[in-house]
This record gives sequence, C-alpha cells and structure tokens, in this order.
Amino acid sequence: MRYLPLTPQDRADMLAKIGVKSIDDLFTDVPQAARLGGTVDLPKHMTELEVERHVSKLASKNTPASSVPFFVGAGAYKHHVPSTVDHLIQRSEFLTAYTPYQPEISQGTLQTLFEFQTQVALLTGMDVANASMYDGSTACGEAVVMASRVTKRRKAVLAGSLHPHYADTTKTLCKYLDIDVVSEPARHDGLGKLTDHITEETACVVVQTPDVFGRLHDLEPVVKAAHDKGALVIAVFTEPVSLGLVKSPGEMGADICVGEGQGIGVGLNFGGPYVGLFACKNDRNFIRNLPGRLAGETVDADGRRGFVLTLSTREQHIRREKATSNICTNSGLCALAFTIHMTLLGEKGLRQLARLNHETACDLADRLTSVPGVELLTDSFFNEFSLKLPKPAAGVVDALVEKGVLGGVPASRLFPGALEDVLIVAATETNTEADLSAFAAALKEVL
Amino acid sequence: MALNSQGRPTRMAENLSTGGYADTFSGSRGLDQSEPLIFERGRSDNTGVDLPKPKGTKTRLGGLDRTADIGLPGLAEPEAMRHYVRLSRKNYAIDLGLYPLGSCTMKHNPRLNEKMARLPGLADIHPMQPQQTVEGAIELMGELAHWLMTLTNTPCVALSPKAGAHGELCGMMAIRAALDARGETKRRRVLVPESAHGTNPATAVQCGFTTDEIPADATGRVDLEALKAKLGDDVAGIMLTNPNTCGLFERDIKTIADLIHDCGGYFYCDGANFNAIVGRVRPGDLGIDAMHINLHKTFSTPHGGGGPGSGPTVFSEALAPFAPVPRVEQTKDGWRLIEQEADADGEPFGRMTAFHGQMGMFSRALTYMLSHGSDGLKQASEDAVLNANYILARLKHVMTPAFDGTCMHEALFDDRFLKDTGVTTLDFAKAMIDEGYHPMTMYFPLVVHGAMLIEPTETESKSGLDRFCDVLEALSEAAKAGDTDRFRAAPVHAPTKRLDETQAARNPVLRWTPPVVAAAE
Repeated sequence: MRYLPLTPQDRADMLAKIGVKSIDDLFTDVPQAARLGGTVDLPKHMTELEVERHVSKLASKNTPASSVPFFVGAGAYKHHVPSTVDHLIQRSEFLTAYTPYQPEISQGTLQTLFEFQTQVALLTGMDVANASMYDGSTACGEAVVMASRVTKRRKAVLAGSLHPHYADTTKTLCKYLDIDVVSEPARHDGLGKLTDHITEETACVVVQTPDVFGRLHDLEPVVKAAHDKGALVIAVFTEPVSLGLVKSPGEMGADICVGEGQGIGVGLNFGGPYVGLFACKNDRNFIRNLPGRLAGETVDADGRRGFVLTLSTREQHIRREKATSNICTNSGLCALAFTIHMTLLGEKGLRQLARLNHETACDLADRLTSVPGVELLTDSFFNEFSLKLPKPAAGVVDALVEKGVLGGVPASRLFPGALEDVLIVAATETNTEADLSAFAAALKEVL
Repeated sequence: MALNSQGRPTRMAENLSTGGYADTFSGSRGLDQSEPLIFERGRSDNTGVDLPKPKGTKTRLGGLDRTADIGLPGLAEPEAMRHYVRLSRKNYAIDLGLYPLGSCTMKHNPRLNEKMARLPGLADIHPMQPQQTVEGAIELMGELAHWLMTLTNTPCVALSPKAGAHGELCGMMAIRAALDARGETKRRRVLVPESAHGTNPATAVQCGFTTDEIPADATGRVDLEALKAKLGDDVAGIMLTNPNTCGLFERDIKTIADLIHDCGGYFYCDGANFNAIVGRVRPGDLGIDAMHINLHKTFSTPHGGGGPGSGPTVFSEALAPFAPVPRVEQTKDGWRLIEQEADADGEPFGRMTAFHGQMGMFSRALTYMLSHGSDGLKQASEDAVLNANYILARLKHVMTPAFDGTCMHEALFDDRFLKDTGVTTLDFAKAMIDEGYHPMTMYFPLVVHGAMLIEPTETESKSGLDRFCDVLEALSEAAKAGDTDRFRAAPVHAPTKRLDETQAARNPVLRWTPPVVAAAE
C-alpha cells in the first residue's frame, strides 16, 4: 500500500522490540466476539489510476456550474476564484497543519486568522469577529444561543424571509436548550409586522439581508424596536459580496452579524465545506459569550509581536460543560481562502466585483420580466431576485434543464407546499451576455 | 536612517512591533522572513484582480448603498503571493515532519484526494441544483455511506455533520429525540468518563442533559463498579471514546453497552480514535447506538490549520428513525437525496446545517478508502497500533508510561520522569520544537498528571520513529541531568520565542486597528 512506509521486516523487528509474537497480541483487549476474522466486505485496494477512473466517472455524471448558463443561488453563489487562492491554500504548511495549539510554530495560521478576523469585522461593520464557524447556517444558530446567554432571555423571533434551512438549523440547535424560536410565515414582500412580535422576553430578532428572496432590508427600524425592548438584532447574510455595495449591518446598528463566507474564496462544493462568519459589537459580555476560536495579538519572550489562540476559557476543551459552544474544529482553510481572496480584491476590487454582480442581476431581471407573464417580486435586490411565474416554478426549472439552463431555485423546494409560482434567480460576474440571453430565450420557450 | 542614543538605527526597535527581529535592518533573518499584517502593507486603492469595468448604471438597492469607506487593503498578485508564502513558512505541517498530536490522527494527506475533490463535476456543483444534474454526487455520497456503514456494521449514517463535535451533537440529539419519543421526561443524566474530550460534556449540555463524571480505574479504563453505582432511571446514556483518550481499548465495552441498555439508556461512542480499529473491529458489534467518524482524522482529509472537518454519524436500528435531514437513501433506481422532514421515514430530529454536508471531504475520504481497500484499511490500523506500541516500548525506560501494558494507536506518558527536574510538560514540549518536531498533545487527558499523548499514525517509517525516540530519550536525559535552562528558554529555533498567552487573554487584541484610532483609545 503506497501510503504505508513499514516493510514486513520492519513490522517483525518492531513486534520483537515490543515483545509480542504477532499484531493480534496488541488487540487482545477487543472482546472475542467482536474480533473480525478476515476483512470487512468491501473492495480491496486500488492503484492511483484505478481510483482516479472510479471517482472521475462519478464526477462526469454531474453538470458543473461553469459548463452551462447558471443562475442558482439561495445560499451559495458561483463566483470566479483567482488561481492564486487555490495555489496558496494547497501549500503544505497551510493544508497539512493542525489547529495552532503550539503558536511558536503556527504563526502562519495564526497571523492569517488575525487578518481574517479583521477583514470580517471591517466587511460587516462590526467591532470583532471570531476565527470562523462551520458555515452561515450554524453561525446563525450559535448567534441565537449567544444572544440568549447575553440577554438571559429565552425567546427568538426569526423573519419569514430568513433562509428556511438557516431557520431549521437554528431551531434544531435551540430545540433542547429551552430557547423558544418562532419563525414568521414565509414572505417575499418585506418584514411585515415582525417588530410587533418583539417583547420584553425576546432575546433576539433575526433578519437576513439580502434575504432568501433577494430583497434588501433597512435594519434600522428593527434595531430601534428591538433595543427599545432590550432585545438584540442578529443580521444574517448568505452572500458576502453584497457587502461591497450594500450598507453593512454594523452601520445599521446590528448587535451580532453572521453569514456565509463561501462567496469569497470558496467554491460551490455541493454545499460544503464553507465558512461561517461571526462578528459582534465590542462588548465584554458579548466577547465572553462568543462561540469558537479567537486569534489574539501578544509578544514573545524577545518582545516581538506574535499571535496566539486566546480567551479559550470560553471553549469546550477548558470549560467543558460550561462552554459557550461545543465547536472545536472550525473552517480554518476556507477562512484562509476567504482572506487571500479578500486581500487580492482589496476594497477597490470588492466594490467593483459587487457592482458587476448587481448590474448583471439588474440586466437579467429586465430581460426575464420582459417575458410575458413574468413579474419581479423584489423591488430591491443585490445579485439575486424573485420572480412570479405563470406556472409552478419546479416544473419550469426542470424544463429549463432540458434546454441546458440551470435557471434558479423554485421557492417551493425551500418552502414545501408554498410559493409554488415563485422562482429565485441569482446572477454573478461569471454570467456572460450569452448566458443572460440564453436564459431569457429558454424561459420564454418553456412558459 | 535615524539613529537612537546608542547610535543604532531606530528602525530595528520598530521591527519588533511588526513581528520582526531587532538585530537586522530588515527584521528578517535569512530564510526566516519577517512579514507584517496586510493592513500594514496593502492599500485600499490597490488590487490583485482584473475585472471588467462596471457600467455605472443606477442601483436598485432600495437606498441602502454602502457609501462609507470599508477600510479593506488590497495587494497586487505578486505581493499577495509573497505575503502568504512567507507566512506559510512559519507553520509546522505533517508534510514537514512527524506531527504526533495524540487524539488528532495527523497522518499523511495523499494529494490524489485533493485532485479528486477538485474535479469540476464534484467541486463546481451547487447544493440546490436540480437533482437530475447531480446524480453522480449523490451516488458518491451513497458510496461513502455504504463504506461507513459497512466498516461500523450499522444500518444508518447521517452525512451532514460538519465536524466531530457537530457529529456528537447529531448523535446526542438523536438520543434525546428517541427518549422524547418514548415519553421519557426524567432521563436527563449523561455519564461521561473523566478522560473524555471537552466536546463530550459541552455537547451533552446542548441537548438539555446534565453530565455525571465516571472515574477511571487503575488501568486507565472506565471503573465498572463506579459506573454501576451511577446507573438509574434518570440516565439518558453514556458518551464513551473507544479506544479511549488514554490510548486504551475499553475491554469491558460490551458489558458497559449491556449495562446502559438494560438501564434504559443509549450508548454514544466518540469515534475520534477510530483509526486504531478500522477494518479490524466494527463498533456496531460492540453495542453502540451512535458514533461520529472524523473523516479529517481517520480518513485523512487534511486538517487545514483547524478545519474544515467532517463528522458523519452512524446509528443503530434504535436511533436510525431519528436521523436528521438531509438523508441519502438507496432505492431500486439508485441513491436519492431526501431534503424535507415530511419526505423522510421515521421522525427526523431536525436539520444540522444548510446543505448536505462536507462534500469536499466526502470526495477526499472516499478516494482514501478506495485507495486502501478493506485490506489496506486493516493494515493501516494495525500499523498505527504497531507504531504507537513501538514508541511505548522504546521510551518506557526513560519516560514514564501512564499505565502498564500495551496501548492502541497512541502512547500516553505522565510527567513523573520530570519530577524534581524543574522541567514541566510544557517546557519539554517546547524543547521538542527546537529539535524540529511538533510536540505531542500536552496536559490531556486530564486524568493523568502532566500528560503527554503521542500518536504517530501509520504513515511514519520505522527509521523516522527511531530518530524521534532517540531525540525524546536524549531530552529526557538532559532534563534529568539538570539542563533546565535549555527547556525553560525553548523554543529558540522557532519563528518566535515562547509567546505570552497570559497577556493575550488579559488584554485581548482581536483585530488590527489603524494606529491613529488605537492612539485615541
């Protein structure tokens, strides 16, 4: 086996040194009944070439986003990632390092995490950020738990336009923690009477912007209503590129801001790995209740600046059952990809990229709404919007597949049994002029 | 260049504040290059990407345009390349040498896995694409599920958990859901050995349970009598790592499973140490009800400096109905993805994450499994156990093993051999850095004083292990000979000297701030 350096002679010599006759003697603690005679019923080892053929065959049955006019979003977005990013994250020193528990030989990871935390704080307009969560949805759940700890209250209100998978993930996380999570009914036309549900018992109100339908929300009225009752506002986003063009949650007064970072530096990967961004206000009580790892600045014995993991008394490996979260492994390498891509973009590139996304989406919205019977439901949006179709959207999406176009996500796939005529469509800088016309033409044909 | 009162350039002192050395003009020393933060290097008007010029049409943002400066610096591509390559060189990595972190399974990461995960048909597909356009991806998930269920002899696996602790949460939530379905409102106490990973008690609490610690016996295993004394009708279950965090197989595991089941609870097994037994022992045969599998440990998806991981969780028949969505299920027409609770059999307890799990890790782990096959996986676990026992055999006369007898895939020592030397486990670990090694896991498990937990994995050669043991022998002898200063000063050959973690926690600086703002504070 090509990954195993021991030779049969090595094994014999080592068993002799240990003082046992055979490898079986090292497994004698295993109960007799649980000892397998031969091997499990699975195929034997393969050569590199054979494995490559096998996996490539599976891959070839899928339709990559880059191979077709592609407009699928709803929580993950197709963007171009500079080749420098993938090269750098494959550096052995980044790829094959563990969590930076020995800071003196992990400064590469720690300094990039410190850069990541700063970039996330700047992007979201918040004061501090942690070193990443698994993804946006789990970050959202953890934010609700944190808000409950900070406010010592046990009710959370979720806007009806929060991505339903985020809502479900949050409800699942809170299910046994005695936090009562209430979702407003699904709606694509704004926040409705969301603020009416905020009471003196509300820990937090969760609003996504741009929301799952693509609509943007001014958080200021929500922040005012929530703060009047002593509740916190958690702002959620699924498209980080939007923050290059849209006012940040921090500027609008949000207390905690969480989101999906995949859109910057990380590919689609069929849903994972992604990178959860988690930022909040600079408040002692907030920081003490943050989930996840934090990189912090310090000095070494010679007075030189260096970075370490810090405030770990919040974390499970120290605090055990009193920890703020059970998270250990996070999304380090995806955070690195995010940071490198963001460094390449800089403010100038990010703003330009965001604008291109928005302009492409505006162009597409105009083209699609010129198809008879199609109506735009979201009067404000960034790079994703919702359409009302004259037919059920699920069937339309399937018909579009036949025309070679991946034309968005039917809202009914996210909200089963509801919004059957609503189609959620995303456009990014990767969509060409030809893609837009192909989509418009195909839509016209299938309606 | 300005000179200070000693006639030395002031620049040199400034080097310290950006992480450089004070004794060279540049702050660098040979190939050890000082590298400031991007915020100290980049400018907001610079960029490393070329994009088409936007048309400048009117926005449709509902008046929410971001007008204020964001403050994000940019670097041109060559600058960015150097910045991150220079930083990368300040990291130790498995590709540079032995990385014996116990309980972490730092084994070789084959690059074939990286290549496969990057095939456009796997990397460039969207989780919400129509299912008919991603049949190969669903089939890959099904194939991975089949391998995991076969290796564990269990009937069900939830693939979506995103890391080990997330898998624990998945398993314990299923236990809670099963208890709720039985109408058990009293069963809220979870038994957790003292030696458990911190994630275990943290996870139990997230499921509304309390934890009750079971002591270890003199052999480093669960104290069976103490366990029996803690059983009762309020017990929800047990969370047990096997092999345990002392690197030992819980030889009474079947008895423990029977005791827990007879008392009406469930058995959660922490699978962090599965690498010791893959292909030789199927946890399902030991009576477990749920177990997560760290694909980033056992099946060699790279750890990436702290993640991403992946923690698929297998379930027994008793817990399978409660597995979360999404699920992959085998039908007569092949594998199918079930996204909604209403479409799933049984009573799913909910959803762990937005999409289907860590596909990038699934591709890598399946590639690893196919490469090894059933025979190679068995050989790998045998070699992992052999390597750990070889280290134990070579070092037991100079260092002090925490327990008698052989071990599984990791060898645990305590700090008795350092008694009266003035050298602590931390000092000893830092001295290993000066010898070119990443230290072992320190001060864990908590049941052993000054613990040093060494897990070599199967991908180390005998000659490499011999060199490592020679070094630890020499260090042990140096400590006993009174060479204390060397240990306390260590590391001196790393990119930094010992870092002050107390100051970092006392006065937290968690982000860069512009100098002028920092001065105002």
